[in-house]
Amino acid sequence: MSADITARIREDIFAAERAGVFRAVGRALPRIDARAHVSGSTRYYADRSFPGLLHVVMARSERHHALIGGIDLSAAEAVKGVVRILTHKDVPNNWYTILKLIGMGPDEEPVLAEDRVLYRGEPVAAVLAETADAAREAAGKVRIAYEDLPAVLDIEAAMLTDASAIKPHGSNLFIYDGRDHFHVHCGDTEAAFCEVEHILEHSYQSSPIEHAPVETTGAIAVPEPNGRYSIHSNTQAAFFTLDNAALILGVPFRHLRVIGGTVGGGFGGKVDVIVEPIAVLGAMRTGRPVKYAFSREEEMQVSSPRAAERIRIKDGVMADGRIIARDVRILVDAGAYSRHSPYGTIKAAAHMPGPYTVPNVTINAWCVYTNRTPSSAMRGFGVTIGDFAVEVQMDRIARLLGRDPFELRLQNAYRDGEMKPHRKKVEGAALVEVVQAAAERIGHSLPPEYRAMSSSRKG
Amino acid sequence: MRSSFVSFTLNGEEKELLIAPGQRLVDVLREQCGAMGTRNGCGQGGCGACTVHVDAVPMLSCLVLAELAEGCDILTIEGAARDRTLHALQEAFVAEAATQCGFCTAGMIMAAKALLDRDPAPQREAVVEALSGNVCRCTGYEPIIAAVLAAAAMLARLPAAAA
Amino acid sequence: MTRLRGRGISAVNYPTGMNLGGDPSQALIHATTTGNFVVTLSSVDLGQGLRTIMTQIAAEVLGVPPESVIIDTADTDTGPHCMGTFASRATHRIGNAIIMAATEARNALLDVAGEELEVAAADLETDGDGRIAVKGVPGKSISVLDAALAAHFKYGRTISGRGIYLKPRSYPDFETGAMDPDSCQAHACTIAEVEVDTETGEVRVLKLTSAYEIGRALNPMMVEQQIVGGSWMGMSHALYETTEPYYPDRAHGPVDFAEYLMPGPADIPQYDAVILERPSASGPFGAKGIGEMTANSPIPAIANAIFDACGVRIDELPITPEKLLRALDAAAVAPRR
Ligand code: FES
Ligand code: FES
Repeated sequence: MSADITARIREDIFAAERAGVFRAVGRALPRIDARAHVSGSTRYYADRSFPGLLHVVMARSERHHALIGGIDLSAAEAVKGVVRILTHKDVPNNWYTILKLIGMGPDEEPVLAEDRVLYRGEPVAAVLAETADAAREAAGKVRIAYEDLPAVLDIEAAMLTDASAIKPHGSNLFIYDGRDHFHVHCGDTEAAFCEVEHILEHSYQSSPIEHAPVETTGAIAVPEPNGRYSIHSNTQAAFFTLDNAALILGVPFRHLRVIGGTVGGGFGGKVDVIVEPIAVLGAMRTGRPVKYAFSREEEMQVSSPRAAERIRIKDGVMADGRIIARDVRILVDAGAYSRHSPYGTIKAAAHMPGPYTVPNVTINAWCVYTNRTPSSAMRGFGVTIGDFAVEVQMDRIARLLGRDPFELRLQNAYRDGEMKPHRKKVEGAALVEVVQAAAERIGHSLPPEYRAMSSSRKG
Repeated sequence: MRSSFVSFTLNGEEKELLIAPGQRLVDVLREQCGAMGTRNGCGQGGCGACTVHVDAVPMLSCLVLAELAEGCDILTIEGAARDRTLHALQEAFVAEAATQCGFCTAGMIMAAKALLDRDPAPQREAVVEALSGNVCRCTGYEPIIAAVLAAAAMLARLPAAAA
Repeated sequence: MTRLRGRGISAVNYPTGMNLGGDPSQALIHATTTGNFVVTLSSVDLGQGLRTIMTQIAAEVLGVPPESVIIDTADTDTGPHCMGTFASRATHRIGNAIIMAATEARNALLDVAGEELEVAAADLETDGDGRIAVKGVPGKSISVLDAALAAHFKYGRTISGRGIYLKPRSYPDFETGAMDPDSCQAHACTIAEVEVDTETGEVRVLKLTSAYEIGRALNPMMVEQQIVGGSWMGMSHALYETTEPYYPDRAHGPVDFAEYLMPGPADIPQYDAVILERPSASGPFGAKGIGEMTANSPIPAIANAIFDACGVRIDELPITPEKLLRALDAAAVAPRR
């Protein structure tokens, strides 16, 4: 469908608002990096040679939740080619949290595990060796003594008051300003439920999903002659990486320099700051360039996935199709550490009740810790699974009432000037128009009153 | 086990390299020959990003031991263009928007080139089959299939010598 | 073998910008002596085409051809701060920063051109092809190249500009949830047509038809790349992907591309789409972020189409053949629907 894309812009819709004369903007210019991509000359972070490069392979927790009795490095250190093995004692500021710089505390994740592990795959000891093979062999010989603790893997179980708390603050829930969840409401949901013709309540569930970029997450740290370190990285956020790495390493920010910008796919998976601090620490301790790149297996199982979510929606619907009450309960499975999940949970709450105007809404969203790989941002962060829940729910309502699913959405669509539950006034809405345009595209005819609807006026 | 000398031609150029036992072709191409266009997306045969031609056969260079390349003729993405003129596949990938992050692109083009070298006018099914070992996370594959079919059409219009 | 067809729809919106804002990005622009323009950033191109879009925005505002714009990114020693590429923020935030920087640089360029042509800068216009002309006076013009040479070697002036964009941070009211989370909203409606094989539980997506409202299609080809790639990812999420197939049980996690299932080139549907533009008041030329949204709308559309086809609801993602077969079996025992 490539050549005719420009022809498929509906210039007749919002014609007055979109008017304008442009020369460079709006052109289907081929991407400026395409020729480099097809000729193989694009340079990603790993496409530079550094003499004396060392490779990191991480020894990881094999348990979901356990105390660490001891770490025996002797067999690993004996592997030919091993230069150094880093443990938590080597990390200047071992406890961090990634959103520290925007004030989302507390520091609650160790760079390398100390007396306990909270998920299978948690990093414990970083082996630096002359070759990746030697590092891999040695990482397999790091002996970790475990004393198993009960693992909390189910989010609902984690929320029970008698659940064993896996976090030091004594709960498995992130605390928002003294509350154990994030809350939004408008109107009076309880009262509205008493007036409606129909109540529909359903639960929706997702499982963790991997970003799966074809280029795995990685970085190369290179000592520079002036006491600085260059970090060649495929991070999605150069300064975010620099700032967090400097805080963890306890070095002045000016000692680090991040070079990147060309990434083999991200989808949110390269926003965490995981590989860079270890690579720089290795370079600091050995004086040599150090590469730390995830294997495909690590990318699949240890890099943070899209969170599993459990969403329950309870709707109050009138016989004419108006949804007048929506109560949403969102559980986000953060895994063992916060990463971006407390933030994503707020975003999930802000997104409800979807692109509809519902006068009475209650939203409660919990960010729940469990003994699994920490989840984090991914394309559609906080919204993807919510959209699934809301839109399947809309289909159920349409079927219950015997309504056309396009018409039901048009009837309830949000429009300019209306109020979202988080009390922001809607502007620039266009749900009505995309529903109309999509229906038209498949030849689904709408009655005149639905064709006449518009986002900029009610009716 | 000791390192040994291995010689092969890379994109038409003679190479003689000292290779450690167990070294994989992808690493030798990238680190010793500087042919960085061959990407390593998994190192375990799962993604196709490292596809090169060994004696005109597409192979996953992460699964090939470098010592087995002795005497072989190896073609990588760097050798796909002739005299700085892009191959029809490369032109078509640009025109059809078949590359986004670009990380899969070299492997896709090498897999597709092997197909067009032996079947210059493939049906869509043959293209799909030829690309089935290559993962792309960005494009959704459709533009890649379209590019391969467009390249085949482009090549059919060229005089045989130029192709 | 029974193959049942069904159709489902979904309608979604998607917020542009980091949730709650407070996420600045900057751009610096300077002209070279020969009238090219270097845009210096620390922003990251993930493959979505950031460099291309930023080239077009800079060229538009400067009034020069895109070929004369050079994007220099991402090096924290030379590039000014950028919060990062995520949350559908890059086009909006960095685009706005570039508009600010390019406006300043353009004014400097026109000042020099005005002195060379002995007219007021306000009387000048750019043709987007490398010339600056006096409005309404045919033939009276100067090339951007000559203006840049004059700025450097005759007047000793820089042609440069600084830009930043910040949506101030919103702090939610934890009592009511009142907040200002986003800069604008993009929209999509997707119709999925599927075929369910009731014996194998396999679902084939036949066609995805969508309408997207994206503010402004800054580059329709990049828009299309996001649509086709994002729709594929949405379909993949709906039917295939998970790192924990027996969630919340941690057993049997895939470790490679053989085990982590995604649709291959043989499994892709037909795509059809139309684009709507309702420019956002805050977006660069009205543009909204769309990269993430394109993956969202196919998921419920496919789930609804499956129900339409075979009368069972799977409310757990991904909708695998195993789950579907179990549900079909249960429905066969219990009365349908
Ligand atoms: S790197 Fe060889 S198949 Fe992935
Ligand atoms: S273009 Fe990114 S993986 Fe194919």
